Amino acid sequence: MTARNPLTALDRPNSYIGRAVPRPNLTRLLQGRGQYVSDMTLPRMGHVAFVRSPYAHAKILGIDVAEAKAMPGVIAVVTGAELAKVCSPWVGVLSHLKGLKSAPQHAIAVDRACWQGEAVCAVIAETRAQAEDAAERIFVNYEELEPVTDMERALEPDAVVIHPELGDNLAFERNLDAGEVDKAIAEADAVVEADFLFGRHTGVTLEPRAIIADWNPGEGRLTVHQGTQAPHMMQNIIAKHLDLEEAQVRVVCHDVGGSFGIKVHVYADEMAVAALSKLLRRPVKFVADRIESFNTDIHARDHRCKGKIAVKSDGTITAFVIDDITAIGPYSMYPRTSAIEANQVVNLVGGQYTNMNYRARARVVFQNKNVTCQYRAVGHPIACSVTEGLVDLAARAIGMDPAAIRRKNLIPDDAYPTGSASGLKFEALSHHASLDKLLAMMNYDALRAEQAELRKKGIYRGIGLATFIEVTNPSAAFYGVGGARISSQDGVAVRLEATGRIVVQTSITEQGQGSEAITAQVTAHALGVPMERVRVILGDTDNTPYGGGTWASRAAGIGGEAAWQAGKALKANILAVAATILQSSADALDIVNGFVVDKGTDAERLPLEEVARIAYFRPDTLPPGFQSELMVVRHFVPRQYPFAFTNGIQASYLEVDPDTGFVTLLKHWCVEDCGTVINPQLVDEQIRGGIVQGIGPALYEHCRYDENGQLTNASMADYLVPMAAEMPDIEVAHVVSPTLESELGAKGAGEAGTAGAPAAVVNAVNDALAPFDVRITEIPMTPEVILRALGKV
Amino acid sequence: MTASVSITLKVNGETVSADVPPRMHLADFLRERLALTGTHIGCEHGVCGACSVRLNGEVVRGCLVLAVQADGAEVLTVEGLSDSGEIADLQEAFRNRNALQCGYCTPGMLLTAQELLAQGGVPDRETIREHMSGNYCRCTGYQAIVDAVETTAAARAAARG
Repeated sequence: MTARNPLTALDRPNSYIGRAVPRPNLTRLLQGRGQYVSDMTLPRMGHVAFVRSPYAHAKILGIDVAEAKAMPGVIAVVTGAELAKVCSPWVGVLSHLKGLKSAPQHAIAVDRACWQGEAVCAVIAETRAQAEDAAERIFVNYEELEPVTDMERALEPDAVVIHPELGDNLAFERNLDAGEVDKAIAEADAVVEADFLFGRHTGVTLEPRAIIADWNPGEGRLTVHQGTQAPHMMQNIIAKHLDLEEAQVRVVCHDVGGSFGIKVHVYADEMAVAALSKLLRRPVKFVADRIESFNTDIHARDHRCKGKIAVKSDGTITAFVIDDITAIGPYSMYPRTSAIEANQVVNLVGGQYTNMNYRARARVVFQNKNVTCQYRAVGHPIACSVTEGLVDLAARAIGMDPAAIRRKNLIPDDAYPTGSASGLKFEALSHHASLDKLLAMMNYDALRAEQAELRKKGIYRGIGLATFIEVTNPSAAFYGVGGARISSQDGVAVRLEATGRIVVQTSITEQGQGSEAITAQVTAHALGVPMERVRVILGDTDNTPYGGGTWASRAAGIGGEAAWQAGKALKANILAVAATILQSSADALDIVNGFVVDKGTDAERLPLEEVARIAYFRPDTLPPGFQSELMVVRHFVPRQYPFAFTNGIQASYLEVDPDTGFVTLLKHWCVEDCGTVINPQLVDEQIRGGIVQGIGPALYEHCRYDENGQLTNASMADYLVPMAAEMPDIEVAHVVSPTLESELGAKGAGEAGTAGAPAAVVNAVNDALAPFDVRITEIPMTPEVILRALGKV
Repeated sequence: MTASVSITLKVNGETVSADVPPRMHLADFLRERLALTGTHIGCEHGVCGACSVRLNGEVVRGCLVLAVQADGAEVLTVEGLSDSGEIADLQEAFRNRNALQCGYCTPGMLLTAQELLAQGGVPDRETIREHMSGNYCRCTGYQAIVDAVETTAAARAAARG
């Protein structure tokens, strides 16, 4: 599977890096014996149900809670004004996103609701059912306000300003002008423009958001059990807004039923749960039900992007121009903000190509819909779809094959280090090797021939290509420099136990990607012990080193390197003890399969449990002054490059029925380069899962709001997602260009699939429908969208 | 409030008696009353399949069956199927193929796949996809699940000779 691995010969024992070993934590999940927060019950635990605004925009004139308070099982009814005394509001801005503005947001709305679904009152009862019963008896007196729903209308001078103190509904704007765009356009042989529309969609994690907050007044400590990707960030935020010291807050992350970026944010209702626990001096649990998930889990995308490309008749791309507008709901999310996606779009468009003439504008606007924020592949699907959509249109305009125009313009594989027009820095990418590998894998020429044959029979098949770059391993440049207390560094502590077993504590978290597995693999490999001897602890601010967690495709690249360095350091310390015991030198010894051996011959000298026994129980037998150190901590953060870019290319093969507008996915391919592959199976499955999560919004997923800001399809029956029957088999292959920033050389792989899949599918649909001379630049491409483009409805 | 109803049923081979509110669904009963939390809840409107359990030999959605309807019935959950060893090979195939990431859909996937496998033969991939198409997985993209089911079907067929 992996082309090469610089770290190991695979025939050695304990050579786990590069191997598809199964994840150790799967057995309990397969027996239904995991522990998700939604599974947990604590003594005296109250359940909260929220009363949520039925209006997109409304003044709260009064809340009558008398009847609710008298309902069976009710512990308390708490309004926003009451909770505001315990929990201070926040503003989701970062200083490096210059000009970004937002308004203070409360845990529960105080005097105004700004989207349909915003919590306006909380009921805590002995059971969730009782809390919901009581919530129905709360009477809120609303004065409906005019909702701002359309993003372009929101910017008009006479539009209602959602937060009058901000002056207008423009949260953020960024402009970029690189090279000589006007000259390039004037001198081009063809200039093509298109308007791209990206629907709102959401994560639909199968386990909804879940949190239990447990304030112990005796200890003065709040323990928060939460499905989160970033426990230390949550610890900081909860402490800050509940007026506690960080040391008073412990965040524990158990099994998490899907996240994809949904569970990395600070949600108002989850902050309310923490505050309610402090207020009521008892554990309080909240699990979003599915309607609440649709209405309050962050949404994503919702962009309108005008794009333009200039091209010479030989296929040389000479300019990209974009004008992107995105609507983010009434508040910028906290603390990562809702301007990152638009900023990424500006950064990423055209970044895989040599062209250096690029002009971009991005505007981020407030509206009265649910908040949007970072979701898997932040900004990438937009940038990739616009870039690759324009490239296909340019190819069509000059009569060039889509693969050929890409080969003509992709940054050469020997050009690194280099950069993009927007200022991105690339250490080492492999666009051409990836393109060649993909075309061979899919048998591109034969597929084109098949397509042509079938077209004669009235069967419309399409091939879509999409090259992409992906931001991974983010340094402090992402959030830290903007003032957010979100660690870009991760830490790993590793120790040898008295039994000879290894315990690893890491600051990265697990939501199913395989963080636990790769940490065990890397540590076992570094140490020279069987992986079964390694136990990994993660997701607990009391019991792991301080660090960032798992998001932005950073866990393997950053946390993995910390584990590698920690494993190596512990090995050196173990060998120092062994050398003392054996009256040898550490240089002459090695560890293989849990034994200290003679280096070179691998002759067994001491099992690790014997080293541990002497170090812990008979240190009196070691020389005076010798102190064993059988626990070490190492940290890692990339310093040279702000991000470790990865690259790849995807292809979609599909059939469109021009009579019904239905799309049948036949096959999907991806070649990507995430540097060193620690576990090929896990990487491939990240790619596959990511691709399907990109196919979803391309064809099905859409949060459909009406003109009043009402979400009209907030159920799994009405919000379509990819299911097994519609998905194609996906072939995945790799090119390996390790980052030299770390010894491991691993970059991220979690978002590459989602970044490129929509563009590949859209390009394939347009390719299929080429004989009808239509072009579709709107997703999701529902049958209705396709039939409209064909002029049939 | 409507008065509770007494029910007696067999869950994973054990006889259980309880007083339950008429509105309590079977998945909540299993999770909240019996602490059998392997039956997961994803949507509570019968779409996602995470709460699938076996009721009198048939796979049903635990959120669409009321606990009172299970009075006198025999219920098997993922915990029971794990302990009996009935799906040990399927679980092993899922593990080796990494056919789960977050694991939240997995109990429902296993129950649903076992229903297909119990019909015998080696179903083709399309049949497997079709059979599993009522179970939602957000992590894997389904291919690994299809692979694991296919592998298990082939191994069982080979074992049958």
